[in-house]
Amino acid sequence: MLSCNIKGVSNGFPLRIEAGKVIEKEVDFNPDFLKHMFAKIEWKALVEGARSMGYAELPEDSPDATVLDSGDETFLRKLHHALLELHLEEGALVCPETGRKFPVNKGIPNMLLHEDEV
Amino acid sequence: MKLKQLEGLLGDLQQFSNPKVELEQYPTGPHIASRMLFTAENSYGDISDKVVADFGCGCGTLSAAAALLDASYVMGFDIDPQSLETATLNAEELEVEIDFVQCDITNLELKGQIVDTAVMNPPFGTRKKGADMEFLSAAMKVASQAVYSLHKTSTREHIKRAALRDFNAKSAEVLCELQYDLPKLYKFHKRKEVDIAVDLWRFEPRQN
Ligand SMILES: C[S@@+](CC[C@H](N)C(=O)[O-])C[C@H]1O[C@@H](n2cnc3c(N)ncnc32)[C@H](O)[C@@H]1O
Repeated sequence: MLSCNIKGVSNGFPLRIEAGKVIEKEVDFNPDFLKHMFAKIEWKALVEGARSMGYAELPEDSPDATVLDSGDETFLRKLHHALLELHLEEGALVCPETGRKFPVNKGIPNMLLHEDEV
Repeated sequence: MKLKQLEGLLGDLQQFSNPKVELEQYPTGPHIASRMLFTAENSYGDISDKVVADFGCGCGTLSAAAALLDASYVMGFDIDPQSLETATLNAEELEVEIDFVQCDITNLELKGQIVDTAVMNPPFGTRKKGADMEFLSAAMKVASQAVYSLHKTSTREHIKRAALRDFNAKSAEVLCELQYDLPKLYKFHKRKEVDIAVDLWRFEPRQN
């Protein structure tokens, strides 16, 4: 999931996710890691990404960082699920600017460009 | 995890079944891979609980080592789909989570320092001149904390100069010199194995 997300956040403009098949994996919950990642991610891109994979529980606006240490784990649990447990198995990442699709097969996004795009 | 144990686990991984010469596909052996990641973890604390990227991950030896040493999230990047398939199988076999992305490192557009640590065994640039430098340049842009990489010892001065001057490195240090045996994968190698001297580097990127 993060790869799409990191990809998403990282290509200058977030890539849209076109979900074919999404799988869920169970991953150990690690609050420290999530806090660390929270500072790095672009919230809107994550919300969008998670929603296109069928998970709409994240708040629209980036919550205040204080929620991380509030002792209430509800938010962290949601972040955990969206960030680590959702995997795009088949589908595509779509560039919102050009409409160019990068296919995802067996969980591996193919970001190769064609000759004429380099 | 002990070094021996790590080396043992990595020794069981599948390697390139059909190495592609032009991509410089030779496996990072378990000996080198285990030492590389072990040092990163035990001397510098750059692996456990960190986000780690492996550039030119091939069959995923370095990615797997990072995951085994408790990196919190590992990503492997390679241009070659066959290798990534093998890497995926290797990760499943070890029961570790790694996300693989097929891409060309030389025109990868990543936004800023999105990982903590990058580890890589780039092409040495023997087939495509400058490939090693392109990998280093890309890695220095995505890692915020450290980049570990292998380069031919014969290029040491050049690497150091380029890293400090062109790639935004705060420090560039050779941690050790290693013997890298290139198995006779390719016809143009005359002897059975060619040992070449490589340096294990640690670079620290400047904060952007
Ligand atoms: C020396 S091998 C690394 C082996 C790997 N560490 C392993 O354990 O299997 C170099 C790798 O870089 C990949 N590669 C070469 N050129 C590339 C490029 N432009 N973009 C991405 N990967 C590339 C090759 O496919 C190969 O897997």
